[in-house]
Amino acid sequence: MALDKPYLDVPGTTIFDADQSRKGYWLNQFCMSLMKAENRARFKANERAYLDEWAMSEEQKQAVMARDLNRCIELGGNIYFLSKIGATDGKSFQQMAGSMTGMTEEEYRAMMMSGGRTIEGNRYVGEDGDAQAHRQPQGAAGKTKGA
Amino acid sequence: MASITASVYTSHVPAIGAALDLGKSNEPYWRAVFQGYDFSKQWLKEHKPDVIFLVFNDHATAFSLDMIPTFAIGTAAEFQPADEGWGPRPVPKVIGHPALAAHIAQSVIQQDFDLTIVNKMDVDHGLTVPLSLMCGQPQAWPCPVIPFAVNVVQYPVPSGARCFALGQAIRRALESYDEPLKVQIWGTGGMSHQLQGPRAGLINSAWDNAFLDRLIADPKGLSTVSHIEYVREAGSEGIELVMWLIARGAMGDVAGGPPPRVVHRFFHVPASNTAVGHLILDNAA
Repeated sequence: MALDKPYLDVPGTTIFDADQSRKGYWLNQFCMSLMKAENRARFKANERAYLDEWAMSEEQKQAVMARDLNRCIELGGNIYFLSKIGATDGKSFQQMAGSMTGMTEEEYRAMMMSGGRTIEGNRYVGEDGDAQAHRQPQGAAGKTKGA
Repeated sequence: MASITASVYTSHVPAIGAALDLGKSNEPYWRAVFQGYDFSKQWLKEHKPDVIFLVFNDHATAFSLDMIPTFAIGTAAEFQPADEGWGPRPVPKVIGHPALAAHIAQSVIQQDFDLTIVNKMDVDHGLTVPLSLMCGQPQAWPCPVIPFAVNVVQYPVPSGARCFALGQAIRRALESYDEPLKVQIWGTGGMSHQLQGPRAGLINSAWDNAFLDRLIADPKGLSTVSHIEYVREAGSEGIELVMWLIARGAMGDVAGGPPPRVVHRFFHVPASNTAVGHLILDNAA
């Protein structure tokens, strides 16, 4: 019998459970290695070579090089681990979180200043809130989509 | 015997530490956060405990995926501020209380909570930001601190009910300690926030304020709230709030005493991606 996962119907959200953790083990452990300055320097000097030292999937390596945090999370990454990549790049948590919404940094910051993202329409998959799949990417990027 | 004199609850947003460390605390954006703690700093000076039992979570700093302890008590003599990738925060090292920590570990494990005992651990913003908010920028923290780390990173995290019961066990542990120490218990993390995916930036002020109301008046009822409600209503990282129930469970009213006094309450949006909540509850003498 499979484990109960009541969190799969929350839009725009991946819960880092034991299955995700297993899938992302080496991706996350690679991120931990960036807490050492010498490893950050080696990674920056040649990202591909550094990533090839880890038992990560090719998809995971590509997602890291593209700094596609949504894809990294899909492939088992967790934000507290992935934040070490952001720190290596000199990014704040706000910049990293914002990058996953499609909004520009200014747009995301303005959303937070005006009270944050609303819960309305964002509780369940299938509602019409701004975090729902059919409304991505958000911000100006979404408005010009297909234009 | 040792006793719990008060409990303190606060968010532990890393950007708050960065703002303080970089001298930005008087900028209007951050002033709005820090002014909520002006009272608290003065209160802590006037009600300095002998020990702070500080419940927090490690953010993939001391604990990678090598080991994921659900409840971990720091029994070391001292703990260094961690380098989380931006360099260690320029804050004092944390002095522990090994004797009391060992006593609590033994007592709480004998009450069927299987704690992990940690003799070596660097402490990240989860622990140092609450100290900064409550103490400012001193040369040394005002008293020894026992770090108590809870896994809220990899699901499943402990339930609210388990955390609430653990707080009660910690209270009993303190009551069986010979030295008459005054102990504060702090619960940190939250409030609503989500740091991942297209729903990043979620804030639910109404839910947060209802959480504060219930934490004060109906903690037992609050402890039955399910994980999925935290995730759905307060964001994937809002689940940190279960840690507040450990501190609340240690208060005297839960063991049959009078209700605690609300000394201070503060709520503000935003600090970076997060709603900041803060509460001080005093155990009525």
